Amino acid sequence: MTEIACKLLVIGAGPGGYTCAIRAGQLGIDTIIVEAGKPGGTCLNVGCIPSKALIHAASEYETIAGAAEGKSALGISAAKPSLDFAKTIAWKDGIVRRLNGGVAGLLKKAGVRHIAGHARFRDGKSIEVATQSGLQTIHAETVVIATGSEPIAIPDLPFGGRVISSTEALALTEVPKKLVVVGGGYIGLELGTAFAKLGAAVTVVEAASRILPQYDAELSAPVARHLGALGIAILTGTKAKTLGADGTALMIETSSGEQRTLDADQILVTIGRKPATSRFGLESLDLDMTDSFIRIDDRCRTSMHGIFAIGDITGEPMLAHRAMAQGEMVAEIVAGQRRAWDRVSIPAICFTDPEIVTVGLSPSEASSKGFDVKTDLFPFKANGRAMTLQREDGFIRTVARADNHLLLGIQGVGVGIAELSAVFSLALEMGARLEDIAMTIHAHPTQSEAFHEAALKSLGHAIHI
Amino acid sequence: MAERVVKLPDVGEGIAEAELVEWHVKVGDVVREDAVLGAVMTDKATVEIPSPTDGRVIWLAGHVGDLLAIGSDFVRLEVDGKSEPATEAAKLALPGAGAATRRSDRVAAAPRAPASEPTKELGSQPSASPLHHAVERPLAAPAVRLRAREAGVDLRQIRGTGPAGRITHNDLDAYLARDRTGTTATPHPARTAVTDIKIIGLRRKIAEKMSIANARIPHITYVEEIDVTALEDLRAKVNGQKRPGKPKLTLLPFLMRAMVRAIAELPHLNAHFDDEAGIVHQHAGVHIGIATQTPTGLVVPVVRHAEARDIWDCATEVARLAEAARNGNATRDELTGSTITITSLGALGGLATTPIINHPEVAIVGVNRIAIRPHWDGAAFVPRQIMNLSSSFDHRVIDGFDAAQFVQHIKLLLETPAMIFID
Repeated sequence: MTEIACKLLVIGAGPGGYTCAIRAGQLGIDTIIVEAGKPGGTCLNVGCIPSKALIHAASEYETIAGAAEGKSALGISAAKPSLDFAKTIAWKDGIVRRLNGGVAGLLKKAGVRHIAGHARFRDGKSIEVATQSGLQTIHAETVVIATGSEPIAIPDLPFGGRVISSTEALALTEVPKKLVVVGGGYIGLELGTAFAKLGAAVTVVEAASRILPQYDAELSAPVARHLGALGIAILTGTKAKTLGADGTALMIETSSGEQRTLDADQILVTIGRKPATSRFGLESLDLDMTDSFIRIDDRCRTSMHGIFAIGDITGEPMLAHRAMAQGEMVAEIVAGQRRAWDRVSIPAICFTDPEIVTVGLSPSEASSKGFDVKTDLFPFKANGRAMTLQREDGFIRTVARADNHLLLGIQGVGVGIAELSAVFSLALEMGARLEDIAMTIHAHPTQSEAFHEAALKSLGHAIHI
Repeated sequence: MAERVVKLPDVGEGIAEAELVEWHVKVGDVVREDAVLGAVMTDKATVEIPSPTDGRVIWLAGHVGDLLAIGSDFVRLEVDGKSEPATEAAKLALPGAGAATRRSDRVAAAPRAPASEPTKELGSQPSASPLHHAVERPLAAPAVRLRAREAGVDLRQIRGTGPAGRITHNDLDAYLARDRTGTTATPHPARTAVTDIKIIGLRRKIAEKMSIANARIPHITYVEEIDVTALEDLRAKVNGQKRPGKPKLTLLPFLMRAMVRAIAELPHLNAHFDDEAGIVHQHAGVHIGIATQTPTGLVVPVVRHAEARDIWDCATEVARLAEAARNGNATRDELTGSTITITSLGALGGLATTPIINHPEVAIVGVNRIAIRPHWDGAAFVPRQIMNLSSSFDHRVIDGFDAAQFVQHIKLLLETPAMIFID
């Protein structure tokens, strides 16, 4: 066994961990990062990046297939396309590989030592890593836990065989003919939509009364409508039970108590993710927890001195950009700078078709906090750019305080509006009022004009509606 | 309802206990998450202990001044929900618990907010529906927040002048420019310029001479108080009589004459010490240098042969040399050759000084300011005019005993000025 020491040890090279390590390296902190898999974590390897690649490929295919079926209003006709799905997956893997290499390179450039292996706490200041060359002990002044999260399984429907998680769904070698998605949250719908566009017959099973239950009904409605247009069957109020006797069908129970089976080539279970707190000796540290997450303060400090935690393991929202911001902050704290978490909002994007962007408080959240709010939305139906993109579904909505017009939240649903999340976040962080948005020129013709118009509408003088 | 115990956290490395310095809550108070419960002090700093959750205070760990062990129970809270750590559910349960509660908060109360709603408390307990973080958070752009944090400023202390009470960079600048008590003081910007002044001419000479004197001579400085009441009476009477052709008498000629007499007793104080040769040149003539401030710096014109001058002569010569030195037309002869020196700053003479010997001399007499001080005459305090003499001697060749003898002799003469004139 070999022993080494460092000032900062980061466990997990996902978005939170690698950002923390790179920033620490920039600040001249002697840093080691430990990762059993490839750098980049869930996001880069089996999450954000590969799923977006697949979604893009599916949309391209769908457009051409639509043209081949004579559905193009643009006068474009095409021969029936064929799909080499193995090549699609290889292209997606190529992007992931490039980014793996990119992260590794950035870590190296920042002077961070990267140790491949599975980490295990010996005590609060030392970690054992099972590397290929044997057991390595690392002593660190400060430890950052950034081990992330993993998919939740249904006890009666364990992963294996036809039952897959998002990880396997992103590595399928062929498009399943019949895909059942269990869980109508954003992960299930993003992937379900992609496979539907690629030709799969997709059924979504959701226990709640509607899909995307974490979003308000106004936001999820345009998505639900388009799922219908894509031929995706939605079974709400329905529970997935277990596999049928021959293992090729899923037993479900509808809200009325009716039991039936759904034939499926693949059953994608996306009912949520849970913090990855097991398998690395965390129990021995006896850290304070909040439910199954590690409890942290506004500096990402855990209940043990010198141990920080960032990312999915610290709670919702489990988003890469939250972890990155936390990681950067922790590195600066370790470097002796004064930092604390004071972000106004963490944007969230659902890459369904259309996309949903939420920043800050929803109208009902704002009301329940005791605010008197003004809520207004501007539909893309009245937006010229949306018409030219052939997608007029969706809207942008502003939530502002009635008394001083301070923006509390901004939401939108529409094709390609993920990119607008930056301007929404900036508006909230800068403490913008409706007047600030109204007085800012939004370029024409863009979808962003809907944001401008929503603010104008809230002030009582929208132009284009 | 469940009980949640807040333990005193580890507030600093290697600390076993901390002194309780302040409670911010009392039993019965409803607190929200992150509200400060109390403050403890370690040897390094005062640390505020925040509440980890929303709840009602049901127990406090002692009184201000108590020493509390790290890890001991600090506050017990009654919280919503069943199990101990405040779950998300427990936190969310509170705002919705009462009737719809509308509140105008601190941010809303800031100036320039258009038509803010009057505070309306419809809920049962005013403090039972905690403000959300987004509400109590000061409104400021990220760059302002970062600057404030790095400057150690809590933005809640700053009143924002921007729209909706937004705190601008200017607000932060204004806050940083005033003192922490909140009173507006004239801003005193720190001046960081450094001006280089070349030391040349007379200043360089003085610098060299002082360096040599201070580096080579081990000084012993002896301070004694002199009652100059009688001398001042005499001076006043003499100066009161108009004598044509005679100068006004200052204290200096009396001191010079007293020194001449003291040197007669202790001649080795009137000398040059050539330390390289190891020889003390003891002079028969008393040439008294008078340190004189001129527009270009300090010079020391010399009254030659003070032993051969009467009091009027001394006074005349001092006045003439001072005039010449200030006008810059003193000759080289007039500025060199002293065997002992007097330094006096007159009214600026201070209580005591540590005169630097005029190398290669071995003694210097410093005159301090005359002041009326109470003096115990054996029966009562009487006002007397008192002046200190601060005199330095080259301790290599002058023992402390001789130094004291010299000063005591001068003291005797100045306190009974008639003796100066009795041969």
